Amino acid sequence: MDNTILEMRTITKSFPGVNALENVNLKVRQGEIHALVGENGAGKSTLMKVLSGVYPAGTYDGDIYYDGAVRQFKTIKDSEEIGIIIIHQELALVPLLSIAENIFLGNEVVANGMINWQETFTRTKKLLAKVGLKESPNTLVTDIGVGKQQLVEIAKALSKSVKLLILDEPTASLNESDSDALLNLLIEFRNQGITSIIITHKLNEVRKVADEITVLRDGMTVKTLNCHEEEISEDIIIRNMVGRELADRYPPRSVPIGETIFEVKNWNAFHQQHRDRQILHDINVHVRKGEVVGIAGLMGAGRTEFAMSVFGRSYGHKVSGEVFLEGKLVDTSTVRKAIDAGLAYVTEDRKQLGLVLSNSILHNTTLANLLGVSKATVIDDVRELQVATNYRSKLRIRSAGVFQEAGNLSGGNQQKVVLSKWLFSDPDVLILDEPTRGIDVGAKYEIYSIINQLAADGKGVLMISSEMPELLGTCDRIYVMNEGRIVAELPKAEASQESIMRAIMRSGEKHQ
Amino acid sequence: MSSANPATESSHVVSIGDHIRNNIREYGMLIALVVIMLLFQYLTNGVLFRPQNLTNIVLQNSFIVIMALGMLLVIVAGHIDLSVGSVVGFVGAVAGVLVVQMHMNLALATVICLLMGAAVGAWHGYFIAYHRIPSFIVTLSGMLVFRGLTYTIINTTGNGSSIGPFPPAFQIVATGFIPDFADMGGIHSTSILLTVAIPIVMFFLSWRRRSVNEQHGIDVEPFSFFVGQNLVVAAAAIFIGYQISSYRGLPNVLILMLLLIALYAFATQRTTIGRRIYAMGGNEKATKLSGIDTRRLTFYTFINMGILASIAGIIIATRLNSATAKGGDGLELDVIAACFIGGASASGGVGKVTGAVIGALIMGVLNQGMSILGYQTDSQKMIKGAVLLAAVFIDVYNKNKG
Repeated sequence: MDNTILEMRTITKSFPGVNALENVNLKVRQGEIHALVGENGAGKSTLMKVLSGVYPAGTYDGDIYYDGAVRQFKTIKDSEEIGIIIIHQELALVPLLSIAENIFLGNEVVANGMINWQETFTRTKKLLAKVGLKESPNTLVTDIGVGKQQLVEIAKALSKSVKLLILDEPTASLNESDSDALLNLLIEFRNQGITSIIITHKLNEVRKVADEITVLRDGMTVKTLNCHEEEISEDIIIRNMVGRELADRYPPRSVPIGETIFEVKNWNAFHQQHRDRQILHDINVHVRKGEVVGIAGLMGAGRTEFAMSVFGRSYGHKVSGEVFLEGKLVDTSTVRKAIDAGLAYVTEDRKQLGLVLSNSILHNTTLANLLGVSKATVIDDVRELQVATNYRSKLRIRSAGVFQEAGNLSGGNQQKVVLSKWLFSDPDVLILDEPTRGIDVGAKYEIYSIINQLAADGKGVLMISSEMPELLGTCDRIYVMNEGRIVAELPKAEASQESIMRAIMRSGEKHQ
Repeated sequence: MSSANPATESSHVVSIGDHIRNNIREYGMLIALVVIMLLFQYLTNGVLFRPQNLTNIVLQNSFIVIMALGMLLVIVAGHIDLSVGSVVGFVGAVAGVLVVQMHMNLALATVICLLMGAAVGAWHGYFIAYHRIPSFIVTLSGMLVFRGLTYTIINTTGNGSSIGPFPPAFQIVATGFIPDFADMGGIHSTSILLTVAIPIVMFFLSWRRRSVNEQHGIDVEPFSFFVGQNLVVAAAAIFIGYQISSYRGLPNVLILMLLLIALYAFATQRTTIGRRIYAMGGNEKATKLSGIDTRRLTFYTFINMGILASIAGIIIATRLNSATAKGGDGLELDVIAACFIGGASASGGVGKVTGAVIGALIMGVLNQGMSILGYQTDSQKMIKGAVLLAAVFIDVYNKNKG
């Protein structure tokens, strides 16, 4: 037990009204990958903020032992100085600066008060090689994908001679191949003796890389599991996270599938900025009543672009094609028309595109259907209150009331508010774009139940997801999309992770 | 109705302390206004609250309040309008040409002036909404263009540096008082009647609101506190109304201002258009994806601002009895300051009509009080600037702490 590099003892941190952490203990060994898991709001990020000095010493109770001594960090700089680097969920890069400038931001290579650009450049090159990123140090961060940006963050951490690397949901917005690359990098770091703490919701990743797993629940340590001493299944982790048995992660559905309710024919669109680049090619999809249809694909396959261009031309340029609802050709050229026709689009980006964070749950719930709670443009506030209260209890939104600001809710509850909004607009067809991204297991189950209920009500559901198990668990049929084309259509019986990946790979070869 | 009835939830009466804490912003504003009024009442040895001075505060600030109503919507929508001072001057000059020089029918002239304001707003709104040019730039341009136009109109048509005087009938809104029906000696009868009636109506409305809230399980303040608070506000309103009534009665412009305040308070809180503006200011993309035509909404917001600025333009020109090239110069800053003192957020989505009105009144009382004390413009500006920063600082500080 001598190889403990970090020990956090009886950490208690409270915010006005809530105890975010209560006597939390965390022990991390030198050179291991330690996973920190728990439902949203369990206190994972708070614990890491305590560790890195975001919450300075004195604002919490308990002790931090690092490298054999008690540490009291007043600022992030204090923790960085002894090699603790945290990479937050929201990347802290400046988009319009180059990779090199970002890596050495605040830590510039200076000689005689001037920046030594040659030295900066060569050092950056070395760092990029270490993380396996083949980009010029002069490339602007805005021009590279999220996966590569994540690697830049890690290169930045390496530049500060990191000993303990903390990653808060590093793969949340990465596709599978980028995620894999990142996880392999962590394994490589482990071989070099760098310790990592990784916060993640993706349990398959935990199983792949973690040496030890600490489970937090409601601000308390539940258990630390050692992956080398015993076989840790995902079920065991989930049971510890939620404190109950989850019999099935995907609730069963037995809904008779009816007539075609929604059909898109010959859908084409061009890129919004690069206007001569076609990004959607002759897409044909249909959804039947009571059916949940998935769209699988890698990041950048054009799934979100497809959904948004159908929903009121919210994306794209020179959009063409036909949309049919219940067999009738409908006009979806503006969002209003699309809503009136019976479409709803639940965005993948709830903070930027789904919610008005400064408004209450009440106001967000009715935003897409204000006329449904008003007479002659005057809002009937009693009726509005009934609507919002009703959805709050039906979708089990956990909040102090419907007057709480949407910005103060956890991810899962925010997602439920977005769903409330679209359910109240009473659509016939819902397009759900990554409906469970970044939300915990319990809330995911509830969202799946809502999807089932929608199907049972005879609605059509089109679901975009990057998590293949989720698509396989919830969909009746899955379209596979790649490079702006539908490359396969798989009924439930034929769909598997392998068949989906095979379809993507084959289509990729075809277009080379 | 099939939906679950929230009325079955128990009602929540929160403690007085919690209630004040939850509404610290509104109460803080009101307390600041009262403190400033009492301070000047003390410093001026009781001159501030004299009937004539109270009347003057109303006459000299009504147009700020009226424009603050439009500016609040612009700011809530996430924009700014720097042109309103110039629009005031421009519309005043147009009114001068139409009424003084062309002897146009007054009603027609008024309509044309309001349309001019709407057209200016539409001009700005068009570039801001449909071409996504930042409002700061578009209205900065408008500020210069319409000031220049004002100079051109005055210089080419006026005799010297102004157009005037206006016929008395055109001045009735800006300088007139409501008619008196019964002789009550030194006190103006209709005015005192209204002074008593308005707080009673207000009390009734807020009482009804409270009971509806209570029925639906929304947190409400304790009844005793509710009554006490309303009594204090009513007493203050009646005192001020009484003072003004004992001078020449309630000014017409005060009635116009109160009606507009009521209209905009209602529009922001209870109508779909108000709700949409708040949503747009909070998150334009999400609002657009909820089926709301945010471009048209922005366009309308600026037309509305233009109309309110033209009302202010007529009031100011007729009150001074001449349209000048410098009319309304610098007013945009008072109006914007009123909104920010009143708690509007510079990043949009947040702000209340009552806040903007209180903000405008704070500025007005400061102006009047310092004038009575004989402060020069230079120190007045410094104090007003300091008050603006202090108000927003306290606001931001409270928010970060909470």
